[in-house]
Parts: sequence; structure tokens; C-alpha cells
Amino acid sequence: MEYFIQQLVNGLTLGSIYGLIAIGYTMVYGIIGMINFAHGDIFMLGGFAALIIFLVITSIFVGLPVVILLLIMMAAAMLTAALWNWTIEKVAYRPLRGSFRLAPLITAIGMSITLSNFIQVTQGPRNKPIPPLVSSVYNVFGISIALKQIIIVLLTVILLTVFWYIVNKTSLGRAQRATEQDRKMAALLGIDVDRTISITFIMGAGLAAVAGTMYLMYYGVAVFSDGFIPGVKAFTAAVLGGIGSLPGAVIGGLLIGLIESLWSAYFTIDYKDVATFSILAIVLIFKPSGILGRPEVEKV
Amino acid sequence: MANITTNPESAGGSLTARALREGFYAGIVSLGLFVLFVGLETTQNIRNELVLRQRWGLLLTFVLVAAVGRFLTVAYVRPWVAARKAAAVARVRDESAPDSFFKRNFNAIAIVALILYPILAMLIFGVQGSLKWVDNFGIQILIYVMLAWGLNIVVGLAGLLDLGYVAFYAVGAYSYALLSQHFGFSFWVLLPLAGILAAFWGMILGFPVLRLKGDYLAIVTLAFGEIIRLVLINWTEVTRGTFGISSIPKASVFGIWSFDVGAANNFAKVFGLPMSSAYYKVFLFYLILALALLTAYVTIRLRRMPVGRAWEALREDEIACRSLGINTVTTKLTAFSIGAMFGGFAGSFFAVRQGFVSPESFVFLESAIILSIVVLGGMGSLVGIAVAAAVMVGGTELLREMQFLKQIFGPDFTPELYRMLIFGLAMVIVMVWKPRGFVGSREPTAFLKERKAVSGSFTKEGHG
Repeated sequence: MEYFIQQLVNGLTLGSIYGLIAIGYTMVYGIIGMINFAHGDIFMLGGFAALIIFLVITSIFVGLPVVILLLIMMAAAMLTAALWNWTIEKVAYRPLRGSFRLAPLITAIGMSITLSNFIQVTQGPRNKPIPPLVSSVYNVFGISIALKQIIIVLLTVILLTVFWYIVNKTSLGRAQRATEQDRKMAALLGIDVDRTISITFIMGAGLAAVAGTMYLMYYGVAVFSDGFIPGVKAFTAAVLGGIGSLPGAVIGGLLIGLIESLWSAYFTIDYKDVATFSILAIVLIFKPSGILGRPEVEKV
Repeated sequence: MANITTNPESAGGSLTARALREGFYAGIVSLGLFVLFVGLETTQNIRNELVLRQRWGLLLTFVLVAAVGRFLTVAYVRPWVAARKAAAVARVRDESAPDSFFKRNFNAIAIVALILYPILAMLIFGVQGSLKWVDNFGIQILIYVMLAWGLNIVVGLAGLLDLGYVAFYAVGAYSYALLSQHFGFSFWVLLPLAGILAAFWGMILGFPVLRLKGDYLAIVTLAFGEIIRLVLINWTEVTRGTFGISSIPKASVFGIWSFDVGAANNFAKVFGLPMSSAYYKVFLFYLILALALLTAYVTIRLRRMPVGRAWEALREDEIACRSLGINTVTTKLTAFSIGAMFGGFAGSFFAVRQGFVSPESFVFLESAIILSIVVLGGMGSLVGIAVAAAVMVGGTELLREMQFLKQIFGPDFTPELYRMLIFGLAMVIVMVWKPRGFVGSREPTAFLKERKAVSGSFTKEGHG
């Protein structure tokens, strides 16, 4: 039983990270209906920004409190990732907005290749390890919970609340939902569609950057190819939860995280990704629009 | 676009001012983009700790290039493009002029040129010198042409977005590698067998995804590709995992001449030629050329058959297709399995050519490259796809040859490092520049009086 709960805690942590990335996928998909394949690499980029800022700060100020250090890392990562995603949207996706469906997908894949290779070229192909930032571990009823796990889950909950509030209660969120439902009509009603879409990309990148920082803190290593696998899993999470749905993305992320950690705990670790993808396929066969997705009604 | 373009004639001064302003903004933005990643480099010191190295000069170059580039784009390139577009509209197009001889017989000329290519390479660079040209450029590009033509059946004709095509390539390669090692079958027996096995896997993928559409289909096919690769990595008893399978036997010319060095019927020995591996490469070149042409021929013929028409109908409108009584289940399954079959052929060719297969060769990136070639080529246009493959694959191969760049950027400059970076950028640039691909016009198979090419924007996704 303790072992099971232990795995549950691990799965929850991993799932939170996937959920944070998945929100970026699902928001962009909801608003312009494209798979932003480069999103996983934005996550990786955020991690790298945090890593570099960490090195800069620790070389200037020695003995800064970890909380402040983490906050600065996160802020820098969010800024950098947001700027990148904003630029990418402007350069690679906006010119193709009226084009056919596959065109922006191809530029997104191109951007994903570009970003990971850009980091490989400028920062080198090797793993970049950092010393552990947060290392205390608590023991609750025989289950060891690391402080970093608590931070990750707590941060996810806070960010989700903030985002839920923005999307549902503010005028910006209303503009986003209107753009999602009908872009042309929203434009006619005076919503600056371009700006709304840009802000959506910035928000998604911010969350991905937080996830990147958390990933760096959790595993203590960054590498240029880190974007692909978490990116694909987060996308899987978004689809599993029903693409376009914000709570769906989080539920999907948690599910993927739990499946992964429980599978590795009770079966073989080698096939954990196979299990994740198989469950995705099975869920989609029986519920083709995901867990919380609205079924697509096709009008003729 | 929100920003209103000013008329260059009436407002020359404000254009320059605007260009200066936009150039300045571009500089600021690129400073933000690159300050961490270009300005600083993380390197390991002797104690294996990460340290930062500063590269402010390089950062300045990046920022200046972005700013000046933006300035030039806004001030000169955009007005020039606009003027050219206006001139093109004003020019009355002479529709009655017959196409030139070259344009009319383009396909025949291209095929003859390809057949002569290895011979020319041998004549110009000598037997040994031709190796690089035939192998790196010829065979490498033709493999991608064939794969893209195979995927084109699924994506371009049937309109099913497949992000896991490389799985069938892997199935073909591993079936040749395993069956030839365990049972000693020859290439010519295993080539059709690999195709059949891949087609079978195409059906297996096809069944569960029958109900899925668009991006759901894309993610499940991606997952399928990853599952195949992960199984290849982890099922070590059969596939030897990441070590891969090596010393895969070579193909022979229908069993008449062999390319094994020790064999009595060695090609070079029979014809009394000096020993060289170039003959095998030339043989492989013709083999892949024949396979690719077979793919093209089958595609062209299938488009005129009921099943091909059904594919294209399915792509344009699934509901209309169903109400006309087309069985969408069999239509989708045939598209998946025929597309997969060509992937399997290409896979077994790949195994023969490399003599070694490992899961490393079948990553998602390969699927992405193949799909991007299909889309860049114009989704369904066979010639366009071939051109796209030659440009994208040949272009990046060409980068390996650019040794003169070392003179410009210093001796530690390795162009290979930038290969995928440039590939990714090229994908973006070509797509933004030509969203309909290299060949944007479409040739319908069904027509009333005469065949007329129509603009690609009239069709939903692909060719037709």
C-alpha cells in the first residue's frame, strides 16, 4: 500500500509537469486549431533559460535564498520562452493562418527541429547537470515526499487557478473564448484577434517555461533533445483529456503521469511509453474526442 | 494583417522611417531572444562543473543581422515584391502559346537524366570518385523520393494525416534484416515479403483509427510509430535492441551476379573490371530508381481506378463520400496498406543499402522529414515531391561538401553541425513562401473536354 501511494505521489508530480505543458497545446489548438509542434521545444528552451540564469546568478551572488533563486529562474525562463513563442507565431504561423490545414503543422515541425538544433549548436550537445537546488525530503506515514515534489504540485495548482480565472473571468479570457468559437465574428465584434492569439501563445509559453524550470529542478539536468519526449507526452495528454479543454489537459497530464509511474513500478520500465501510447489509442477508439472533449458535430 | 502597408510611391520618406523603426524593434526582440543562448555558453570545466563562457561579439552579430535584415525587408524587398506582383497582374497572360518542348516532355527527360546519372558520374569522377555522388546524392535522395511518394498515397490522395509513416519503413527494414539472417532468403524473395508485412501492419494501424479524424488521427499514428520503435529497442532477444542488426547480406542482380567479394560470380570478376564497391552502389541506384518509378506508376494508375477516385473523394468530403455509397472502411484501409507497402519496400532497400539497421534510423524526425517533403512538394504532385526531396535532402547533403566555409569561419567550423538547423529553417521558409508547395497547380484525372491545370487552392488538401 505504501509503495502504491509512493508511486501515486511520483506520478502526480510527473503528471503536473505534463499538465502544465499540455495547457499550452490545448489553448493554441483551441484558438487557432493547429498543433503547435514546437511547444515541446519551447519547454526545453525554458529549461535552458532557467539553467543559464541559474549559472549567472550563482556566479554573481553567492548564498542567495533558494526561493528567490527559483523565482528569478522562473521569471527569466517565462520571459524568454514567451518572447520566443511570440516571435515564432508571428514569423511562422501568422502568414499561414488562412492557408490549408497542413501548412502550419509543417512550419511547426520545422520550428521544432530548428529550436532543438539551435540549442544544440549554441549550447553544445552534452547533458548539463546542475547541483540539486531543493533536497529536503519529508517522511509522512512511511511515504517519502520530496520538497521539490510538493513545490511542483503546489505551483501547478496555483497556476491553474490563475489561468482558470483569466480564461473564465477576465475580458481577455472572454476575447480568447470568443476567438476560439468564431474568429471572424469575434473580429467583427471588435476583438483584436491577432493580439488575442499572440497573448495565447505567450501564456502557453509561460506555462511551458515554468514546467521547464520545474523539470530542471526535479531531474537536475538539461539537454537539447529534452523537448521531444515530454512534448509528445504532453500533447498526448491534451488529446487524451479532449483537445481544446483546459481541465481536460490537466486531467490528461495527471493520467499520463500516473500511468507512467505505476506501469514502471509494477511492470517493466522499458515499456512504459508503449503503455502510455497504447492507452491513448484505446481511449481514443472508444471516445474519439477525448475524455472531456466536445464531440465534433459535423454540419453539412 | 493588422498593419496597413503604405504606398511606396506616395510616402517614400515615411517608408524609410518605418523601416528604421521596425529594424530597431527587430534588433531589440532578437536581443531578447538570443541574449541567453548566444551571448552565454554553458561549458563544463575540468571538475565537470558547468561554467559560463561569454560570447558578446557573436550576440552583436546576431542582433545586427536581424535588425539590418528587417530594415532591408521593409524598406526594399517588400515594395519590390509588391511592384512585381502588380506587374504580373497587369501582364496579359498568353494562354494559347504551346508549352516548350522541355516542359511537355519533362517527365521523360527527367527519367533519362536519372538513368544516365551514374554513368556520367563514373565518367567524370572516375569509378572510385563517383561513389560519393551516386551514394550520397543519388540513392539518398531517391529513398526519400520513394518514401514521400508512398506517404503521398495516404496523405496526398486519401487525406489521412499520418505522422508515423516511418514505422512501416522500420517494418520493411527489420523484416529483411531478420528473415535474411535467420532463413537466408535472398533480397528478391524478401522484397515482396517485406512489402506484404508492412501492408499488413498498415491494416493493423488502420483498423483502430477508422473513426478518428484530423489531429486525433495524427497523434495516434505518431504514437504507433513510437510504439514500433520502442518495441524494436526493448525486444532485445529478437532485434538486439539499440545495437541493431549488422552484416545484412547484400543484394544480387537477380542471383546472376553477386557483389560479395569472395563469390565466384562477383560482378567485377565476371566482367574483368577492377574491384570496387562503386558497382554495387550503381546497382543500388538503379534498384531504388526502379522501385521509386514503380511507386509513381502505381500511384498514377491507381488514381484513375475506382479506388483512387474513392480516396480523393474521401479526402474532399467524407460525409458526401459516404452518402454516395463509397465504403469508407475499405477505402481507408487500402490507402493505409498500399502506402505502408511502399514504405516496406523502401525499408528493405534501406536495410540492403546500409547493411545495418538499428532503431536509431526510425525516429519521429524521419516521419516529419518525409511528411514535410510531401507537403512542400505540393501534396499529391509527384513531380513536386521529387523536386522537394531533391532540394531538402540534396541541399542538406550538399552542406557536407562545403569545405570552403572553413576558410570563412575558421578551421573549427563544421558545416555538418548546422545541417538539421538549416533543414528546419528551410522547412519554415519554403512553407511561408509557397504555402501550396513547389508545384501549386493540380491536374484533374476526370475532365470534361480537355485537361486543364487548376490552382491548388481549389482543392481541399491535395491533388485532384
